[in-house]
Amino acid sequence: MSAGAATTPLRLGLVGSPNSGKTTLFNALTGLRAKVGNYPGVTVERREGSASFDGRRSVVIDLPGAYSLSPISPDEEVVVRVLDGELIDAPEALAVVADACTLERSLLMLAQILRREIPTCLVLTMTDEFQARGGQIDIPRLERALGIPVLGVVGHRGIGIAKLRQLLAKPEDWSRPHLMPPDEIHARAGWAESILEHVITRRPGTNRKSDAVDRIVLHPVIGPLLFTAVMVTFFQLIFAWAKPAMDFIEAGVAQLGKAVHTQLPAGLFADFLADGLIAGVGSVIIFLPQILLLFTLLYLLEDIGYMARAAFVIDRVMARVGLEGRAFVSLLSSYACAVPGIMATRTIPSPRHRLVTILVAPLMTCSARLPVYALLIGAFVPAIRVAGPLGLQGLVLLGLYLAGSLTALLVASVLTRTLLREDAMPFYMELPPYRMPTARLLAAQVWGSAWAFLRRAGTIILAVSIVLWCLLTFPRQPAPVGASPAEASRHALEHSFAGRAGHAIEPLIKPLGFDWKIGIGLIASLAAREVIVSTLAQIYAASDKNTSLRAAIQNDIDPRTGEKIFDAPTVASMLVFFVFALQCMSTLAIIRRETNSWRWPVFAFSYLLVLAYGASFATHRIVENLLR
Amino acid sequence: MALPTETPKAADANDVGLPLSSLAPGRRATVLCVDASTPEGRRLQELGFLPNTEIHVIRRAPLGDPIAFSLRGAQICLRRSDAARVRVRPTDAGSEA
Repeated sequence: MSAGAATTPLRLGLVGSPNSGKTTLFNALTGLRAKVGNYPGVTVERREGSASFDGRRSVVIDLPGAYSLSPISPDEEVVVRVLDGELIDAPEALAVVADACTLERSLLMLAQILRREIPTCLVLTMTDEFQARGGQIDIPRLERALGIPVLGVVGHRGIGIAKLRQLLAKPEDWSRPHLMPPDEIHARAGWAESILEHVITRRPGTNRKSDAVDRIVLHPVIGPLLFTAVMVTFFQLIFAWAKPAMDFIEAGVAQLGKAVHTQLPAGLFADFLADGLIAGVGSVIIFLPQILLLFTLLYLLEDIGYMARAAFVIDRVMARVGLEGRAFVSLLSSYACAVPGIMATRTIPSPRHRLVTILVAPLMTCSARLPVYALLIGAFVPAIRVAGPLGLQGLVLLGLYLAGSLTALLVASVLTRTLLREDAMPFYMELPPYRMPTARLLAAQVWGSAWAFLRRAGTIILAVSIVLWCLLTFPRQPAPVGASPAEASRHALEHSFAGRAGHAIEPLIKPLGFDWKIGIGLIASLAAREVIVSTLAQIYAASDKNTSLRAAIQNDIDPRTGEKIFDAPTVASMLVFFVFALQCMSTLAIIRRETNSWRWPVFAFSYLLVLAYGASFATHRIVENLLR
Repeated sequence: MALPTETPKAADANDVGLPLSSLAPGRRATVLCVDASTPEGRRLQELGFLPNTEIHVIRRAPLGDPIAFSLRGAQICLRRSDAARVRVRPTDAGSEA
């Protein structure tokens, strides 16, 4: 063969329904080197990975999960458009991935795919489970009946993968169907039935283990209790377990900043390095413990099969506010970050359910709010025990979570009854058998999400941190004669661009109890909520580099009144503001992308700002009167 | 439910069948037809709710809705209102009131 034959890689598409084991197979074929992006003009995730099959370079395209080529969800539409060659170059060959246990249903879509006359092979996954359930299938006979190559694999154990690689190397040699399958749905079902009749020599029984677990997990009484326990544990773990790692990172960043100041000559460069760059990077990586932990838990529950059960248990509640069970999973993901949460709405087939879920997702307490809550609660709520292991700080945090979540449900209920009424797709959800999660798949999923956070949010946070440092530093002002170093830096800060902007909006936020420093923080946090922490850190580091931020805000005194800036009404009002306001550029960007219009991000931002301002104003007044 | 007039023979009533949503957990049935005049109905067909499909009602969710079914080797759930679009004929010995 000439050297030129190896120039263009083979484009291979993986098609299959959700839960078919497609992602596991994709990872087994490509390793962990997936490139994640978006299809041009649409918002569905595009996953491709390079692989070498018997020395032949290939690009494996992991198409979104689909039940049918008569598209109904955005994901399914993408599959059809990719096969049509509309979005990207159409794949030259297809591997249809089907769970052996649900082959009967998968054949309905396979018929549609075979009609497209692209070289196609069928990969049967979960063949171990199929056998364990007593099923017997005659694969050579299935090959003859379909007219295409068929291969059984156990993706997560790597069984059959070597053979599959050999097969995928030569799609030119794949046999083609002798007869084109029918198109009409009833005829397709007849076709599938007649094939399976001869091929499945013994039908698999029900999954006894899975059924036994379900009898407990979905028990009328135990089910909801377990659901509650899982959700409570879920965010207790995120808060408690991530803390040591976050403290460690925080201390490390502080140490590094200090080292820069002692090692380098005092001046603009040292200030930029320590207070701009290192502090900025620190404010990004401080998230990683929480994000890694949260995505690990989310994907673990998903891979085990509990997420669908949770949606099944909670669907009735979600239906009452006009949403559906899967929206719960998406909203739960929004506890980590609204960006993946909003991305997760792609699994919701109904456009209306999807839009409403997107619009309320920013109300879920995302991990970006946690640094703000942690700072304020840690500094101002006494660490006293209320009952048993329950502390007052934890209760306040729980209250903030509840306030956001309940408001999300309320808003959803209002939206589905007013603005977004029409269209009703059937609620359809698969309850996959429980499966042992594999570390490899889990690691790939968690790493993918963490990387997406670093790339999409981390870069924005870092950039804003540096821009802010500039706004907080320039224009440089000479200190008044005789001022102490602390007074001099405060003076410089107050006259910086950011200081002036903070002063400018002070009249607007005064009714909420916020001063100009919080004002600067709020302006900065429009980029991302947690930026307010690094901004306040910069503001107070600029005033006094030796006290920690917590101590600094506890002791900050209004020079005009001699009273503490962060008094109870202000702290309460600030917490409430952060429950509601959509201060997150990344979320606005993702809403724009998912809805394909500026209308919805603008709508979401506006309604949440009005809500935040109103609630903060009321909170400030109420707490003030209570303390009087 | 009494249909207006013209139900003289039991066979006719059987042809109409029962809504899938009316079956209690544990019941088995085969699909007679799905109303394909709506997008929801056509979607249910694509998902495998087709004539002669065997369905086993597994359970209701703790709050009564949705309902889990087993069909074509998969376990899936539908809301009561969507399950009502599927007309079935019970295949087990149980009787429907």
